[in-house]
Amino acid sequence: MSLTFDTVTLRFGAAEVVGGASFSVAPGEFVSIVGPTGCGKSTLLNLAAGLIAPSSGQVLVGGQPLTGLNRRAGYLFQGESLMPWRTARDNVAAGPEFAGASRAAAAAAAQTWLARVGLAGHGEKYPHQMSGGMRKRTQLAQTLVLDPPILLMDEPFSALDVQTRQLMENELLAIWQADMGRSGRKSVLFITHDLEEAISLSDRVIVLSAGPATRPIAEFAIDLPRPRDVAEIRLTPAFRAMEERIWAVLRDEVLKAYRAGAAA
Amino acid sequence: MIGVWRTGLAVVLLGLWYAGTETAVLSPLFFGHPLKIFAVIGEWFASGDIWRHLAITITETLLAFASGTISGVVAGLWLGLSPRTQAVLDPFIKAANAMPRVILAPIFAMWFGLGIASKVALGFTLVFFIVFFNVLQGVREVPPVVLNAARMLGASPRQLVRQVYLPAALSWVFSSLHVSVGMAFVGAVVAEYLGSYAGVGYLILQAEGMFDVDTVFAGIIVLTGCALVLDGAVSLAETRLLVWQPRADAARES
Ligand SMILES: Nc1ncnc2c1ncn2[C@@H]1O[C@H](COP(=O)(O)OP(=O)(O)OP(=O)(O)O)[C@@H](O)[C@H]1O
Ligand SMILES: [Mg+2]
Repeated sequence: MSLTFDTVTLRFGAAEVVGGASFSVAPGEFVSIVGPTGCGKSTLLNLAAGLIAPSSGQVLVGGQPLTGLNRRAGYLFQGESLMPWRTARDNVAAGPEFAGASRAAAAAAAQTWLARVGLAGHGEKYPHQMSGGMRKRTQLAQTLVLDPPILLMDEPFSALDVQTRQLMENELLAIWQADMGRSGRKSVLFITHDLEEAISLSDRVIVLSAGPATRPIAEFAIDLPRPRDVAEIRLTPAFRAMEERIWAVLRDEVLKAYRAGAAA
Repeated sequence: MIGVWRTGLAVVLLGLWYAGTETAVLSPLFFGHPLKIFAVIGEWFASGDIWRHLAITITETLLAFASGTISGVVAGLWLGLSPRTQAVLDPFIKAANAMPRVILAPIFAMWFGLGIASKVALGFTLVFFIVFFNVLQGVREVPPVVLNAARMLGASPRQLVRQVYLPAALSWVFSSLHVSVGMAFVGAVVAEYLGSYAGVGYLILQAEGMFDVDTVFAGIIVLTGCALVLDGAVSLAETRLLVWQPRADAARES
C-alpha cells in the first residue's frame, strides 16, 4: 500500500518543524529516511501514523487522504513502547486482543511471532527482565502480528550493539522479503541516522535537510541485488560508491545542524 | 547476629519496664505492669473474648479499605481522564484532603450510629484520598509512547482505559498498599475509640474509663500485633501483584 506526503507542513506553535515535505513510498517498497539528529524524523513518522495532523498539506494512504489514526500502519517506536505490566507474549497478543480475537487465538498468534523474532522461549518475561535487543524484537513482533500493509520504523536498532543489530537487520529483511501478508509485501518507511544501515536495507534513501522546516533534499535509488546480507553488502564497491554519493549531501546537513546546535 | 541484638534489646526494654514498675520508679497506675498486661492478653485469648472484637475491627478495616480503594480508583481514573472536571473540582478536593478527617468521627457516629458503618466511613475517608491521588498520578505518568503504541495497535478509547490507564494507575495503588491498609486500620480503631460498643478500640475505651491501664496496654499490644499481621499480608500480596515491576533492590544490585 502506498504512502504519500503531499507538501506537508507542520508547526509546533511558531516553530516550523516540517516545511512542505513531499515524497512517497510505493507499495512493497523499502524506503529509508536519513537526516541529522533533531531535524524532524520522528515527527515525519508521527504524521504518517496520523498521531499528529499536518498544519497544511496532506498525507495519503493508498491514495486516500489520511484523517485520524493511520489504521493501515504498524509503528515501531523509537522509545520503550511495551506495556511494562504485560509479559512479552501478552504484549504481542495485545493487538489481536484489541481487534477482538479470543485470548487463546491471540496468544497462539503471539507465540508464532515471538518464535519468528527468536524469542520463542522468552514469552513469560516482563519487559524489565529482557535486554534492550529482546525488547526491540518484542516490539517488532507486536507490530508484525497485525500484518499491517505499511510499516513505520523509527531508529529501531540504534540502541543495539553492532552484532545484534546486523542480526536483526537481516531478520527484518528476511521477514519483509518473504512476506506473504494479506496485501503482499509491506511498504516500509524506515528512519535512521545511520547511512550504512539505510543503504543496506533500502530500495531508496531519502535525505532530509537540517531543521527547522525540514524536507527531503535528495533521493537515491539503491539498486543493489537482493536478497542481501547487511554485513557482506557493506564490503562491495557499489555500496561504498553509493555511500560516498549520499554522504556528500548528508554531510552538509549534519554540519548545519551541528553548527545550529552549537550556536544555540 | 542481628536477631540476637533484637531479642536482647526487647528483653532489656521489657526488663527495665518490669523493674521500673516493680520498684515503683514508674507508677503502675500510669505505666501498667508487664506481667499483668500479659495476663490480660492471655485471659482474652484463653476465654476467646477477644476474637469477637478483633473480628469487628478487622471487618471494619477491610470494608474501609475495599470501599476506599474502589472509589479512589474510579474517581482517580475519571478525573485523571477529564482534565476539565478535575480543574473544576480541584479546590474542593484539596480542601477535603486538607481537612483533619479524624474530626469527622463524631459526625459519622451521628449519621451512621455506633455500629460498623460509622467506622467504615472514617476509614473510607482516609483511604480514599491516598488511592485517589495515586491513581491521578498514575494516569498522568503513563508514558505517551506506551499510550501511542497501544493506539497504533488498535486500542479503542475504552480499551485504552482498561488496558493501559488502569494497569498503570493500579501499579501506583499497589505500591501504596501499606499506607492505605494502615490508614483503614487507624480509621477503624480511632472511630471505635471515639464511640462504639464493640471492637478492640472499644475495649481500650472501656478500660480507660475504669482507669484500668493494664487492659489499655493489652489492647494496644493486640492492635500492634494485628497491624503487623496486616502489613505482612500486604507484603505477600505485593510480591504477587507487582511481579512486572523491577524491584528497587534488584536494580541496585545489577
Ligand atoms: N510536541 C512538540 N512540541 C514542540 N516541539 C517539538 C515537539 N515534538 C518535537 N518537537 C521539535 O521538533 C523537532 C524535531 O523533533 P523530532 O523528534 O522529530 O526529531 P528527530 O529527527 O526524530 O530527532 P532524533 O534524531 O533525535 O530522533 C525538534 O527540534 C523538537 O524539539
Ligand atoms: Mg527521533
